[in-house]
Amino acid sequence: MSDPMQEIRASFFIECDELLEALLDGLEAMSNGGGDGETVNVVFRAVHSIKGGAGAFGLDQLVEFAHAFESAMDAVRAGQIVVDDHHIALFFQGGDTLADLVRHSREGTELDPSSYAELRAKLDAMSAEVADAPSAPSADPAGDGFAPIALDFDFGPDPERRVLITFAPDTELYQSGNEPRLILRALNALGTAEITWSLTENTSLEQMDPEAPYLAWEITLQTASQISKIEEVFEFVDGICHYQITEIDGTDHEDPASSVTLGPESVDDTPPPVVKQTAPTAIQAPAPAPNAQKSTVRVDLDRIDRLVNLVGELVINQSMLSQSVVEAGVASHTAVASGLEEFLQLTRDIQDSVMMIRAQPVKSLFQRMGRIVREASADVGKSVRLDVIGEHTEIDKTVIERLADPLTHMIRNSIDHGIESSEQRRASGKDETGVVTLSASHRSGRVLIEVSDDGGGINREKVREIAEKKGLVSPDQVLSDAETDGLLFLPGFSTADQVSNLSGRGVGMDVVKSSIASLGGRISIASTPGHGTKLSISLPLTLAVLDGMVIRSETETLVVPLGAISETLTLRREDIRPYGPDAQLLRVRDTLVPLMDLAAQLGYRPPLKDFEGSIGLLIGLEDGTQAALVVDAIEDQRQVVIKGLEQSYGSVPGIAAATILGDGQIALILDPGDLIHRAAKQTPPATPTPLEGAA
Amino acid sequence: MSLAQRTKTDDLQSANTAEQIELLTFHAGQQEYAVDIMSVREIRGWTKTTSLPHAPSFVHGVINLRGTVLPVIDLARRLEISDEPPQDRDAIIVVDAIGRTVGLRVDSVSDILTLPSDELRLPPEIAGTDAQDFLSAITLIDERMVRVLDLSSVMPEDEQIS
Amino acid sequence: MNVLAVDDSRTMRDMIRVTLDQAGIQTHLAEDGVHGLEVLEGIEPDAIITDLNMPRLDGFGFIQAVRSQSDRGTIPILVLTTESAADLKSRARDAGATGWIVKPFDPDKLVRALQMVAG
Repeated sequence: MSDPMQEIRASFFIECDELLEALLDGLEAMSNGGGDGETVNVVFRAVHSIKGGAGAFGLDQLVEFAHAFESAMDAVRAGQIVVDDHHIALFFQGGDTLADLVRHSREGTELDPSSYAELRAKLDAMSAEVADAPSAPSADPAGDGFAPIALDFDFGPDPERRVLITFAPDTELYQSGNEPRLILRALNALGTAEITWSLTENTSLEQMDPEAPYLAWEITLQTASQISKIEEVFEFVDGICHYQITEIDGTDHEDPASSVTLGPESVDDTPPPVVKQTAPTAIQAPAPAPNAQKSTVRVDLDRIDRLVNLVGELVINQSMLSQSVVEAGVASHTAVASGLEEFLQLTRDIQDSVMMIRAQPVKSLFQRMGRIVREASADVGKSVRLDVIGEHTEIDKTVIERLADPLTHMIRNSIDHGIESSEQRRASGKDETGVVTLSASHRSGRVLIEVSDDGGGINREKVREIAEKKGLVSPDQVLSDAETDGLLFLPGFSTADQVSNLSGRGVGMDVVKSSIASLGGRISIASTPGHGTKLSISLPLTLAVLDGMVIRSETETLVVPLGAISETLTLRREDIRPYGPDAQLLRVRDTLVPLMDLAAQLGYRPPLKDFEGSIGLLIGLEDGTQAALVVDAIEDQRQVVIKGLEQSYGSVPGIAAATILGDGQIALILDPGDLIHRAAKQTPPATPTPLEGAA
Repeated sequence: MSLAQRTKTDDLQSANTAEQIELLTFHAGQQEYAVDIMSVREIRGWTKTTSLPHAPSFVHGVINLRGTVLPVIDLARRLEISDEPPQDRDAIIVVDAIGRTVGLRVDSVSDILTLPSDELRLPPEIAGTDAQDFLSAITLIDERMVRVLDLSSVMPEDEQIS
Repeated sequence: MNVLAVDDSRTMRDMIRVTLDQAGIQTHLAEDGVHGLEVLEGIEPDAIITDLNMPRLDGFGFIQAVRSQSDRGTIPILVLTTESAADLKSRARDAGATGWIVKPFDPDKLVRALQMVAG
């Protein structure tokens, strides 16, 4: 069993992520003019809880900043500061810095304090404005109450001393749940105590108030403990009792008269205060939680992966069983066949449910993008707002993690190139603040994520000019608007006209495209001049299963992702044109696309000379690249469970992964994009070449 | 610690203690080889492999081992001693080495030998052959020369894959 | 001993649980004041530890609610808080707490304080 503190530490950081999410949600609500008192409380508590946990793990830098942030929020909470946009922006920055500090703390590194010194000063200034308020922070730099805990070091036994203690509880002592007996016991534990009691008032029993205190004690303690140790016993009752600790000259005087006696000084001579009203105080009806809390269980991802794998096995086994039943010649109307049909449905349902365990809302990812927008717009001096739609849409956790980089780049691109400057926007009658919209939704078994901006749209003339200059298109090539936009995804294309802070990063849209493709996704672009640009990503719900077409190539069975196939064709000799010594182009309506002999490409056999009657799969990639893949037969169309090859073997060119088919055999899953691009290096460009004279 | 994970010097040093080791012996390309039994996961009959494009010739392809994808290496081709196509009576020895699991295609599995580890000898360096590169030790048992494989060197290297 | 700990921070709850486990104290956990009252209905703890800043029902409201129960009114309650030392006592007192522990807490001190108030 691992160290429980290590586990708690790990879970603290998970909690931090949740708290940061709640914090950003709250700030979002506040900035949209919403945000009642409870919203402010939520934000305050998030920062407060991070500080509390960080203190427990000695994460001083995090504690210190959280404290400054908390103090500023506290001033807001107490109504001492009226929040304006400037404050909100400051709090967002605070949230970002807090996130950075959490990350650094998790990794055990230190964030350069100068990177947030200015922000820190502004937050301090906010709480200093209300420095007179009781909630103002103390001078303690590490934060209120974060004084180091005093350690008790025993440097040998203290000399014995005799101490006389008097102790008379007030009513509040009993009301607060304290118990004189336990205090006396604690004193006795410090040494040897002689305890006597007395009545503080001579009241007859009938007159006694059952809730008022009448007893007082006198304790003579022989102890080696420091006086401070004795005082500690009274820590919780200080102020709700009368006590006095007097050190008796420790030699041989034992005159009790020299000790303090119970007099007017030590016992309140005013009547004990009226017993506080203990009638049930109205508890505010529990406000409905802002987000109805769902009960959750935290599970190790490994366990889920194991379950996913087992269900994958189940699906495979099930299809093997179906195949044997068919081979055994069982008629389809028999109980066995219909039972198997139900089994199939159940298996699919289980598989879907298991996949949903890994699914998470895209919210956390979208929140990170909020930060990207804030930073990127500040970098280029543009005013940009992020609108988010469908943040509760769920996708596989792994997909979410791997979407962060491409999305970041897309959003930076929108802000850098899409959104115009305030002057330009004003001139064209737009609101000065540009809007980037990030949306997620489920569409026909896939997830659609869109990044759109209300900027100037793609400057196609300029794109064309750059593409020609870089030799990506020939000057006489005729391109449709969509094809021109597609040029943005070509490797080596960059529209960085003016070198801005953002585009100096050297990452082009081609990288975005390939990272989306590695997730089994597709990306497309649409733009309206003057109105903006929309990038759409379509992703599979999970990386664990894939809709595929099972094909045969020579003796091998392979799977082609269905999403990549735009149509299937039967090849006719007259549609095929030779292109150089070894290559062919296929005429598909009014375009020519490269023809790829899959079996030859994968080295299963030498290239065919005659393709008459062969089957072609027209592959369309997001960038407009097309190619026709020659296969020997189409066998099936079905969902397959993806088995990675990387771990057991390594990556194979043109192959994305493997799967296990109904007969127990392994079939490779093609990566059409990789296959086509590799082939394109040897053969003609894999972009559709318009036929001469075609419109 | 499995034999395969030891370096050749380790084998010599451990010779002093003369611990007993168990070897699984088998034939590949008419020669007798052995692997430390500790690195053997299972032995199974030959089954059709799915070939991997662009793979080196000694990689037969992959098979389904209870739901996982298992690469199968043709040992005789790997050691460059024979180039015979696989036959139905061949066997696949599933072994663990350097954190990976692979299947070795062999002609047949012979038996399990128990011997003191000090009977293992470093393979001699012979000019004009790389044979010793794949071996961690050799030993003579009743006039039979048994070559103990160094499993880590049998694994395909990354640059051979793509 | 048998203790109910109420804190909205999972980290704090975990830390309290581990600390008390090691001291052989049985711990029940609740996430906020409302939850704390719900949990309390099914158990008879020797003491309660509660945070002050919590959603739905904060520590003050929670303590008042406990104190108002005729049969639970005298349960020792320790407040676990990051409040400043000066404010701490009065805030805890106002709430009706028996004692207080400053976060981040020293595990030994928490156990000692529990023994102090709950025997």
